[in-house]
Amino acid sequence: MRTSKPILLVEDDNVDAMTVQRALKDLKVANQLVVQANGEEALLYLRNKADRMPCVILLDLNMPKMGGIEFLKIAKADEMLKTIPVVVLTTSKSDRDKVESFDLCVAGYIIKPTDYQKFVEAIRTVNLYWTLSELPTNGG
Amino acid sequence: MKMRNSKPILLVEDDSVDAMTVKRALKDLKVTNQLVRSANGEEALVYLRNDTNSSPCVILLDLNMPRMGGIEFLKIAKADDKLRKIPVIVLTTSRDDRDKVESFQLSVAGYIVKPVDYKKFTEAIRIIELYWTLSELPDTEQEHNYENIQADTAR
Repeated sequence: MRTSKPILLVEDDNVDAMTVQRALKDLKVANQLVVQANGEEALLYLRNKADRMPCVILLDLNMPKMGGIEFLKIAKADEMLKTIPVVVLTTSKSDRDKVESFDLCVAGYIIKPTDYQKFVEAIRTVNLYWTLSELPTNGG
Repeated sequence: MKMRNSKPILLVEDDSVDAMTVKRALKDLKVTNQLVRSANGEEALVYLRNDTNSSPCVILLDLNMPRMGGIEFLKIAKADDKLRKIPVIVLTTSRDDRDKVESFQLSVAGYIVKPVDYKKFTEAIRIIELYWTLSELPDTEQEHNYENIQADTAR
């Protein structure tokens, strides 16, 4: 990624979180991966000033307690958090989920490939793009 | 090669030479999406609000333009329920931190500083194309497609 800030993964499924971690390792992406299990936990993390702000957020949609869409509604209405690019990473192919996510100005919507090689390729593309793109510099 | 869907790419750019460079890079990369160009934010809004035009898959947005610059365009587009869904990628020469922060505050889906070298520029366009082929897009043209199907059936 362009900066050395951590990547925040909001994902309730441990196996899926492990897969992201493994793909980043295989791709030699040096950014730390912080995992939060749902939208509520992610907001707690992001609002704690002692935590490092992430460069990007990878967001699952279907999660208990607070799902991805609800998280986006809150994060995109928050002056401090709205600048962080959010990339949806989900199994949902629902048109409604896509439209709602883009209505909330996500910076990408990626359907998780089930095949590991294809999954690594998807993460490689995400990493390439967010290395090419500048990021807002606030939030150190 | 083409973006996830066959809708046009809207380039908002006042500089003709820069617009030609984007066109050339897309051609070299064999990206088949049509490139539509508006010379400033005002023209882009007129294009986007004309229902007879096909809505773009993504918008590539320059910042420094006469009449209406990129930031002002973003303020209007992102407050418009019909336009806010379309991903906007800033493509500029500005490395100004304020421009970056303002753009991300207005929820851009990327901010790319134009490389001056043509090879590097093509590489940047290749990565943009790769990412927006991987990413899904909102299907804002559904009603449009439906109308086309209706028209076809009526024939």
